[in-house]
Order: sequence, then C-alpha cells, then structure tokens
Amino acid sequence: MVDVTITAASHQNWKPIVAAAFSDPKVAVGGGFILLLIILALGADLIAPHDPLAQDLMLGSLPPVGMAGTEPGYWLGTDDLGRDVLSRFIHGTRIALTVAFVAATIAATVGTVVGLLAGYFGGWIDVVVSRLIEIWMAFPAVLLSILIVAILGSGMHSVIIAIAIIDWTRFARVVRAETMAQRQADYVTASTVLGFSRLGILAGEILPNVLWVVLGLFTLELGLAVVIEAILSFVGLSVSSDTPTWGGMIAQGRGIIYQAWWVFALPLAGLLATVLAFNQLGAGLRRSLDPVMQR
Amino acid sequence: MSALLSIENLSAVSRRDGKPILRDVSLQVESGTIHGLVGESGAGKSTISKIVLGIVSGGVVVTAGRVMLDGKDLVQIPERDKRILIGSQLALIPQDPLTALNPGRHIGDQLTDSLRMWKGFNRKAAWARALELLDHVAIRDPARVMDQFPHHLSGGMRQRVLIAAAFAIEPKLLIADEPTTALDATVQKQVLQLLKRLQAEHGTSVVFVTHDLGVVAQICDDVTLLFQGKVMEQGTAATIFNAPRHAYTRALLAASPRYDNPAAGLNPIDDAVIAACYAQIQQFDGVQHG
Amino acid sequence: MIGLITKRAGMAAVTLFGVAVVVFGLLRVAPGDPIAMMIGPGATADDILRLRASYGLDQPLINQFWIWLGSLLQGDFGTSISRRIDVGQLLLERLPATIELALMALLVSMVLGGFIAIIGTLWRRHWASGAIDGVNGVLLAIPEFVWALALVLALGVAFPVLPLSGRINPSLTTDFRTGFSLLESLLIFRFDLAADLARHMTMPVLALALPLAGIIARVLREALSEAMMQDYVTLARVKGMSELRLILFEAMRNAIGPTLALTGVQFTFLIGGTVIVEKIFSYPGLGNMAIDAVVNRDFPLIQGLVLMFGVIFILINLLVDFAVVAFNPRLRHG
Repeated sequence: MVDVTITAASHQNWKPIVAAAFSDPKVAVGGGFILLLIILALGADLIAPHDPLAQDLMLGSLPPVGMAGTEPGYWLGTDDLGRDVLSRFIHGTRIALTVAFVAATIAATVGTVVGLLAGYFGGWIDVVVSRLIEIWMAFPAVLLSILIVAILGSGMHSVIIAIAIIDWTRFARVVRAETMAQRQADYVTASTVLGFSRLGILAGEILPNVLWVVLGLFTLELGLAVVIEAILSFVGLSVSSDTPTWGGMIAQGRGIIYQAWWVFALPLAGLLATVLAFNQLGAGLRRSLDPVMQR
Repeated sequence: MSALLSIENLSAVSRRDGKPILRDVSLQVESGTIHGLVGESGAGKSTISKIVLGIVSGGVVVTAGRVMLDGKDLVQIPERDKRILIGSQLALIPQDPLTALNPGRHIGDQLTDSLRMWKGFNRKAAWARALELLDHVAIRDPARVMDQFPHHLSGGMRQRVLIAAAFAIEPKLLIADEPTTALDATVQKQVLQLLKRLQAEHGTSVVFVTHDLGVVAQICDDVTLLFQGKVMEQGTAATIFNAPRHAYTRALLAASPRYDNPAAGLNPIDDAVIAACYAQIQQFDGVQHG
Repeated sequence: MIGLITKRAGMAAVTLFGVAVVVFGLLRVAPGDPIAMMIGPGATADDILRLRASYGLDQPLINQFWIWLGSLLQGDFGTSISRRIDVGQLLLERLPATIELALMALLVSMVLGGFIAIIGTLWRRHWASGAIDGVNGVLLAIPEFVWALALVLALGVAFPVLPLSGRINPSLTTDFRTGFSLLESLLIFRFDLAADLARHMTMPVLALALPLAGIIARVLREALSEAMMQDYVTLARVKGMSELRLILFEAMRNAIGPTLALTGVQFTFLIGGTVIVEKIFSYPGLGNMAIDAVVNRDFPLIQGLVLMFGVIFILINLLVDFAVVAFNPRLRHG
C-alpha cells in the first residue's frame, strides 16, 4: 500500500493529503481496528493464551467470563471439544487477512490492468473486455467461487484464486470508465502533443490518477474477501479443517449454537467489525482524498 | 388600508457570513395594480419575492420586519397556515419555463393541482376548467396539450401554460419573477400582453420582478427600485420615469434602451453614481450597527 | 426503439453463449471422469467406452461443445448424479421456492429502502437525517451472509421468535399443487399455512433485503434531494403542497426511474446471495441445492444450476433495459 500512495502522489505535494487522511476519524477508527487485526495475525502464537488446536474434553463448552461455570484463563469460553475460542479466533485472523490481502491485490492488479487497456485503447480490446465483464456478471459470485474451489481442490491457494477470479471485474469496470474519462482530460492531450508514447501516457499520466479510485475499491474488496473466505470455510471448502478459520468456527458454532453460542458469536462479531472497519476506512480515505480525485 | 400586500421594514442577512441581503425594505402593493420590483442581479428583488412566497432558501435569515398579506404576517404565522394561505391566495409565474414544469407529469395534472387542492374542484370539473384556461392563454388544441408532457411544448407555450396555472385559482396576489427573461424578444412581447390582459380581467394584484426598465414602463403602475437590498426610489411609474429623484434611477434610465427614442443610444452607468450608491449603503449599515 | 430492443436482445444472446462456453470450460477442467461418476461401479471398460461415444466424449473438444450445447437447447440437462433425477425436473421443482424468496426480499428492500429515503429527504435539514444516513451506511456495508448469521443469533437464539431452518413446519405440510407455496396458500385462504411460511421466510428475506434496502435508500435519497431543488418543486411548493406530497408526487416521479434501473441490476446480486442464505437457513431452493451439488461434485446438476442462474440474470438485465425505455416519457416519445 505504501508504494501505491507514493507513486500516485508523486505529482503533487502529498504530505498534507496523507496527513489529512490519517486525521480523518473514519480512517483512524477503521484503520485502527485493521491494525489491531494485523497485530493479532502476526503475533498469534505469542498473543493467543492457548494452543488453538489443544482439545480437552474435560473443559468442553465452557462459557465466556461473566457467566456461570467459567474456568480461569478461558476468557471467551471453549467449544464442545474444549478448545479455547479466543485462541482459535486470534489464529483465524491469519487466514482471513492473508487471503484478503493477497486475493484483493491480485484482483486489483488484474482488474486495473485490464480496465486501463480497455478504457485507453478502446476498439476490439474494449469490446472483448466489456463482453467478458458482462458474462462474469451473469454468474452468482458465491456459487462461482465455491465451484472454482471445488474444481481446484480445497486450500488457501484455491480460495485466493477463486476470489481473484470472481472479483477482478469490480476493478476492471470502474477503472475502464475512469480511464475513458481521464483520456479526455487536457493533460493527456497535452502529453500526446508533446510526443509521449501511448504506453508512457498510460503508465505515467493516467495510472497515477486512476490509482486513487483503485485504492478505495481495494479497501472495500479487502472486506468482501474476508467474507468470501468465511463463506468458503463455512461451506467446508476453504483450508483444511485443522486450521482455525472464522468461517469454520461459525459453521461449527452453528451446529452447537444452543449449547455454546459463543463459538458462533465471536467470529461473527469479528466478521461484522472487520467488514465495517474496511468500509469506514474506505469511506474515510475517499473523503480525505476527495480534492485529489476531483482534479 | 387598501394595500393587499404590505412589506414593512424587512431586513435579511446571509446565514453564512452575516452580510445584509435586504436593508429595511418597505413597499405596498395596492389591490388590482402591478408593482414593479426593479434592480440589478443581487439587488434583493428575488429574495423579497421568495420571502413572500415562503420559498426562501435556508441561506437567508429574516432579521426584522413584517410581510402583511390580508392582515396576516407571513413571517410569523405557523408553517402549515402559511402553506395553506400561500397556496390558496398567491401564485407564482417563474422565470424559466423550461425547468418550472415537472418533466414527469402531464400538463393537465400540473394545471389542475391548485384547483383540486384549494377550489374544491373534482377531477373532471378541474379538467374542464383547465381546458378553458388554456384556451384563454391562446393555446391551440388545449385538449391535446393537457395530455402531453412538458418536453413536447416550446418555451413560449410552456410559459403560457404556467400563466394559465397561475391564474387558475384566481389568486389575490401574483408574483411574476422575470417571466420573460428566458424568452426571445417576439415571444416576450406576446407574453407581456397576455399577462397584462389577464391581470386586468381578473383584477389581480401583481408583483413584477425584473431588471428591465423597458418592461416596467410597459405594464407597471408602481415601481420600487432596489440596489444592494436597499430601496433607492419608490413611486408611481409615471413619477419614476418622468421625474426621477435619485441619481441611480436617472443613470439606469439613461442606460436603458429607449423605446420612444431609439436614436438616443445607450449610456453606461457612471462609476461615480455606483460609488455614491455604495456610500449610501455603507452609511446605512453604519447607522444600523453604530 | 425496436432497433434498441433488437440490439440489446442480441447482446444478451452473445452473453448467454459466453456463459455456456465458460460453464463448458469449467466442467472440462474439473478433475474426475464424468462418465466414471455417472455409470457407477461394476461397469466394464467397454461400457464406459460406449457411453463415452454416446455422449460424444470421444470427439474433438469443439465438437463436444456443439453436441453439449445442442442437447441443452433441447432441454436435456442430463441426470443428477447424486439424486438420480433429471436435472431439468429438479430445477423446476426448486425454482418456485427461490423465486418466492427473491421476490419477497426485493419487495421488502424496496419498501424499506423507499421508506428510509423518504424519511431522510423529509428530515434533510434535521439532525436525525445524519442518524438515518449512519444506519443506512451499516445496512449497505454488511453483506447478506453476515446479516444472515447475525439474524440467526439475534432472532433464532437470543430471542428465539423465528424458526431457524426450513420453509414450512413439517407437521403442517399439505399437498401444494405448485411450488409457489406462499402464493398458493393465500389463494386457497389457508392463512395458517401462509403465516408459517412467512415466519420461515422472514430471516432469509431480511438477510437478502437489508443490503439492497441500503443501496436503494442511498440512491433514491440522492435522486430525491436533487429533484427537491428543481424549479418545478419550488413552483409546486408555492401551490401549497405539503413537504411529503412534494416528495411523493413531484420529486419521486423523476427520481424513481434511475433508482429502479439500479435496483434491477442489484436484484441479480440479491439472487446470487440466495445461494449462501438458503444454505444457512436450509431453505429448499436452488441455491441450497447448488451448494450441495458442488460439495457432491454433481456436475450435471451444477451445470444446470449455473446456466439457470445465468439465464435469469441476463433476462433481468434485459427487462431492466426495456423498462427504462418504456417508463421514461422522453425516451418513449423521443
């Protein structure tokens, strides 16, 4: 993300813009929560109070602190196999964030390149890309992602590929439209007159301006990718069932919801907060970068 | 008092920066007359008409004064009463006929709104009355026009429709907000004649907002001349045109095309006159705040 | 106008063909021999060869595609491997449940979204409009999967007022003649059945409707606020119309067109959302069956389902295009 900011901002004085972005309350709250998740994911082994896989049937279905019959050290209770819910949740952030960042980056890169080419060169490239996007829109995204994972086989790689395959169009659509608009703008005409090559203009003039839009979409996509990963784990198609994931915990918790609702509730709360945090972060970035986007 | 509308010491400021928009404006509109509200853009003439009609934007705050219609103060009465009073007694002929008709509603529906809301007409009766009204403003084939959408009509026809709609409820007071500015010259003249004719027939009082002294000379009985929200000169049209007292009035008259004497040519307003007007405004503001 | 319709229909046909190509491609790269899965154990190598030939699987890929497409066009989707029933028949059995669910969700989202937009516009100068915008932001930020789970926890467990799964209480089941159980029970005045169906539908419908309601509210609100600043609304205000009437009868007429067009496109996403929502609530529709089909690697069924969703989506987009033309007075007469 850092190099995105610098590339795009190299055309103007970017320090005040970045400063404004960080002082925006939405960015602070949303970004703060995401930062917390990143710390949890990176330091899961140190932070988690228990081994997420350690079972102890003697300690099964313990409720969270504050309810009757708790056991010290198991703050948010245990599941029916006696595994610590909090530790499983913390380890689950790893898969969630890894999948989100890698998948969103691939989708954003592919979508942006395709969108730029279609929007800038038009002609048959644009016809093909537009048709492709149209065809993609005719598939239910969730069903397609499940199908792709089923074909590729379970595992984190399949999940990442599936998300990138279903969501590149989100970027391509917007970038294509934005590029078409930018192409008409004066500075592009000026560069053409000055004799820059077409690819040079695309990379040097249009891309930096389109990147701000991509940044907003990318933030939203991170939230969506977390949800799709959870859906795939929920269905039982994501990573192996040994690795704790939010979706897997939700599916497991759904089965024992009357005995141990907390197994279901914690990852759900995490999912909810993550989606909202990415959303707020995106909205805040869009708002504070607005003067840049309206150039 | 024979005045139908009486504006007394009306002042207003901008909500954003507190700058005065209207400065102690008073004027009376006598029953059955046409009162010209004249000034350049920014003079406050539109703000006055919007305050009277209750459609002033949130950016304008009335700080003092009364707007008396039939003994009721439009600034003070509750929102709901004001809406009913304005809806049933007042009407507006807007400036731009191209944007003042709802593009998604049939002409007939827009024409019969007021009749059905305030005159107790049922749908059928209102429709019949609207046909008469359209006929009266010289629209050919009114039955067809009733079933059309605004984009089918020319600008001049739309303005006729709007005039018909304004007279539909026999309003006591009609506010015409530069009703001919957006029309081309030949159509302008027809619309003015139409307006004058209907006004005379119905005995309606009219506030005619304009920046065009030539139009004022053609149809107004009384005139109020504004500059920067302040009344510069007020009186009957005859006095204003024949014996103007204020230097600004004289300068404006000299700057207007003379229909009686085209050879006289145009004289741009002297900067010294404008400067004197601003000095007068500043002096007024100083007295207000000092 | 005829030209426009022909052009759009032509483009839809191209898209549909593209969908077929993608489905064919996906199923060909899928691991496992479809014939081996179809025929079951105990078959000889000779049997398999014969079956391969009968399906044209011994031919070049491009020929296989045309044979496959030909049988689809004749309505032959093959036989479900896991259920041993004709796929076409299975789809028709499940389709009505999903249609009822999706249409109900669309209705709820339009009513709720419209309500939020109208209240927001009515109170646009009031502090409460900020709170409404905030709630709306949450509505549209959270995807249907997360809504569904939150509803399970809130209305199924914490305050167990609604049934967690299924379409109707099994003890109530009567012989419905059609799959449109809710509609049918209303038509035969069995309101007890309708009430039970509605209770079962409430959570899945809400999960699907809330995000769309948020989108509708935001777009409609913006369009209404824009329209409220137009001269014709000012003139109508002088006529003495109340604020609510101005919104409903003056502004709405011009704001609703673009909003409906967007709603139509978003409706396809809502239908896509039925896949996971039906699974969560064990609602017996297409989506629920689709996930089972993928998990069971029932490729004939998967192919039928994906194509059916594709056809539905393309038809909806086509309908929206036509509706936009039909309802806009300028385009209609222009």
